[in-house]
Amino acid sequence: MWVEAAAFVATLPTVPESMFDPMGPVAAEQKAHMIRVVLLTMIAIVPVLIGVPLLAWRYRRRPGSKAKYTPNWGFNGWLELTMWGVPIAIIVVLAGALVYSTKLLDPARPIGPEPMQVQAIGLNWKWVFIYPEQGVATIDRLVIPVGRPVELVMTSDTVMLSPMAAALSGQIYVMPGMVTRQNLQADRAGSTTGRNMMYNGDGFADQAFTVDAVPAQAFKTWASAASGSTVVLGAADYARIAAPGTGEQALKTLGLSDGAGGAMRLGDPALFQQVVRRYHGATPITAEMQPGTDRYDGGHEGGRAQ
Amino acid sequence: MTHPIFGALTLSDLPFAAFIADPSVTEGVAAGAQVIVFLAIFAILAVLTRYRLWGPMYRDWLCSVDHKKVGIMYMVVGVVMMARGVIEGAVMRANQMTALDGGGMLSPDHVGQLFSTHGTIMIFFVAVPLVFGLINYVLPLQLGARDMAFPVMNQISLGLTAAGAVLIMISLVVGEFGTGGWTAYPPYTSRLFSPGTGTDYWIWSVLIAGVGSTLSAFNFAVTIYKKRAPGMKMMAMPIFCWTVLCSSITLIFAMPPITVSTIMLAADRYLGFHFFTNDLGGEVMNYANLFWMFGHPEVYILILPCYGIFAEVVSNFSAKRLYGYVSLVIATMAIAVLSFSVWLHHFFTMGQGVNVNIAFGVATMAIAIPTGVKLYDWMGTMFRGRVRLSTPMVYLFGFYLLFVFGGLTGVILANPTIDYQVHNSMFLVAHFHNVLIPGVLFGVLAGLHYWFPKAFGFRLAERPGRITAVLWVIGFSLTFVPLYWVGLMGLPRRAASFANPDYVPWLIWSAVGAAVILAAVGSLLWTIWTSVVHRKDLATPIGDPWDGRTLEWSVSAPPPAYNFVTIPTVAGRDPFAAAKAAGVAYAPNPVYADITAPAPTVVGFIICVISGVFGFAMVWQVWWLAALCALGIVGSVMWLGWRKPRTVVTTAEQVKQIDAPWRQAALAGPGVDRGLEFTSANRGLAAPDMVQDA
Repeated sequence: MWVEAAAFVATLPTVPESMFDPMGPVAAEQKAHMIRVVLLTMIAIVPVLIGVPLLAWRYRRRPGSKAKYTPNWGFNGWLELTMWGVPIAIIVVLAGALVYSTKLLDPARPIGPEPMQVQAIGLNWKWVFIYPEQGVATIDRLVIPVGRPVELVMTSDTVMLSPMAAALSGQIYVMPGMVTRQNLQADRAGSTTGRNMMYNGDGFADQAFTVDAVPAQAFKTWASAASGSTVVLGAADYARIAAPGTGEQALKTLGLSDGAGGAMRLGDPALFQQVVRRYHGATPITAEMQPGTDRYDGGHEGGRAQ
Repeated sequence: MTHPIFGALTLSDLPFAAFIADPSVTEGVAAGAQVIVFLAIFAILAVLTRYRLWGPMYRDWLCSVDHKKVGIMYMVVGVVMMARGVIEGAVMRANQMTALDGGGMLSPDHVGQLFSTHGTIMIFFVAVPLVFGLINYVLPLQLGARDMAFPVMNQISLGLTAAGAVLIMISLVVGEFGTGGWTAYPPYTSRLFSPGTGTDYWIWSVLIAGVGSTLSAFNFAVTIYKKRAPGMKMMAMPIFCWTVLCSSITLIFAMPPITVSTIMLAADRYLGFHFFTNDLGGEVMNYANLFWMFGHPEVYILILPCYGIFAEVVSNFSAKRLYGYVSLVIATMAIAVLSFSVWLHHFFTMGQGVNVNIAFGVATMAIAIPTGVKLYDWMGTMFRGRVRLSTPMVYLFGFYLLFVFGGLTGVILANPTIDYQVHNSMFLVAHFHNVLIPGVLFGVLAGLHYWFPKAFGFRLAERPGRITAVLWVIGFSLTFVPLYWVGLMGLPRRAASFANPDYVPWLIWSAVGAAVILAAVGSLLWTIWTSVVHRKDLATPIGDPWDGRTLEWSVSAPPPAYNFVTIPTVAGRDPFAAAKAAGVAYAPNPVYADITAPAPTVVGFIICVISGVFGFAMVWQVWWLAALCALGIVGSVMWLGWRKPRTVVTTAEQVKQIDAPWRQAALAGPGVDRGLEFTSANRGLAAPDMVQDA
């Protein structure tokens, strides 16, 4: 079954990391809105780009210039009305478009009924994805079924991060002890890259993850294969891989080979909630207990007792 | 814990120690920067000693409370720091060009320090000193005043800004700088995640310089309220003074949030508080809010005076009164007020509800309205004028060409929907450079060319000046247009490496652009140097080289220490243009009287040194030294309060000796025709030019 799933992924077309080649409705609307905004704003800009050179040339100082010269003229009511009125009108229209698109693309609003929930935990410098419905966890790899709304429920177990898969949707910050949401959907199969956009130290630039949008049937095959994996991610395993390092190093720590595509069985269904809740207690979370620090001890000192 | 005498300072923090321990390329670049610093210090000491300038530097500059000298010293600080900031930018461009798959020459930590110092320096120690320098020099002269409202405090403001700048230069040679960017967002900058002293350099340089900025803002505002020439109603002030007033008020309200948030960050780092920690109720989102409550208005604090410069320049070189003065005043006020209603657009992506994002998005777009009005009003000023293509006008045209695209991308980013995509990407980096370089830097350089002959008595050479301006426009476009594109293709800001080979050609173009910008800075220095060499040909001692319209042009160049023999009485806008039109510009027989001015004092310099040492001691946790310095600062300020203010008097006879020869020359005429403005015939006296109204 592994072979089947892996073979399918290998045939996925690669989609660039940009909203200009959108894989789903969110990025498509973002692209459309951007084009709208650029065109509308041009109404205010083009007169400047044409007018300034014309004015500078027509009214350049030269002996015998036939152009009119009115050194003491400094006000005209109609002109003022235009100078204020046109930008106001453009901004009113733009503001309408802004309200429409912002409400439409609220990252926290599910795109359709029954979104599939995927939990994501940001670490230095990797991502852990948890599929509570399927009982599966992955590292640095997000697999989603084409055509089904997906709700990413996200947090951080280090500093502030900002995950984004540009071909699917925008970014939203993730912060320790807090949960933020990003809803998205893939309309076509493909493989693209997602990454952390917010600086978090030496490994920042390499903190990317693969997003594979696969047909619903292939997703089912993949998920059931993964949930039958012998490699398990429980709280103690998580504490071990949470230390600063790449996703590859984490997979190695867990004993996962490449063929498995970074997927494993979820050992502890409440893992995500534990990571979030840990920061809400009345006892200090010392450097030894915070996975992003140099002094993190991998949970050996009972730092992950809860 | 730390050493009782040396605090956290160890031998490995000393200059070149890191390079000796690890002679890699990245440490080599750092060591090279340290060599440059030491060479520069050595060169300065050598010149001061060789030409016996220690005494004059101390007496005439460091102890001076003259707003003109304080202004020039601000500009020097800004230009020196700009040299470092631009070189850092070019190093980052060069590094990223080769950073495919981690191939860059610099280590990720070094890249982190570079973008952090580059941003901190460019905002706090380049843009602020350059803008404040021009304001200091020009404001009292335009208002018809002899000095700022608080001349000694002005000197102290400069001292505090310089202390912050020196502290950041020290971070280059002793220890390291933080990697948290110019915004220093916790929890990344907390002791847990940034255990070194680098972030502390950021904290103390920003805090110390911030106090200086706050004092300056009060000084500017009070000067405008209290020191205007008799008859100069608010609505008769030069437009530059209006922009300074709005900028100062904005600054007064914007500084407390960053001062507080920085102190809170320091409390977290030094005393184990939990304002912005992950645990025990710390709230990182509060930091983002507080920082940008300052950070966004700061952009307008810097750019408003530059809008003022452009307005003065376009009116002057169109030989026409400013079109839409009232509109411009209203637009300036509108921008100042709106600047406080948009800070959240720096973190649309922090997870708050859509209605909050909508409110701040619409407010952000609304700023485009008064900004657009300003650009249109200046076009209205050129309309039916007589436009002369001086260097400041080349900068204005460069501004028009480039800034509208900064505005376009600003409107794009104001849309939360699109911001989700391009936030934290190179697109954002390109956007704010597109606003700050054509807006603030071109404005400052236009102002430099415009007022330089006033300050030094000779013009800057026109040809190299225009070449510099064109190099800036080309260099900017080459550097930042590709960055917009790679940002849209997904390259995040602050990345030490990347995996997508498609970025490489664009990043090479960007690095070429950075080289052109370096050439522009070189060309700027060359312009100044060649102008100094040819200062006799370029001399404009009478003081009105551009057929100016406002009071600063009515005095000699450079102006006497007291600025005005008699404080002018003003009847309306553009008083000097009106006086020239009426033929009464230079009164033949002024009444000479004694002029009293505050005496020079060394207190600003002392506070500069003590606060610099205080910052250094706090960074390295040398508590005894920090305590001593804190006492010293408190003591100096108390001494200021109790001392008997000393004054110096320039007697009527002395004033006459300085003034009479100049006045005779000004009255002797004839002035220079505008057609010969850029030739050596221009001695700073303007002939009447095309005065007819059609």
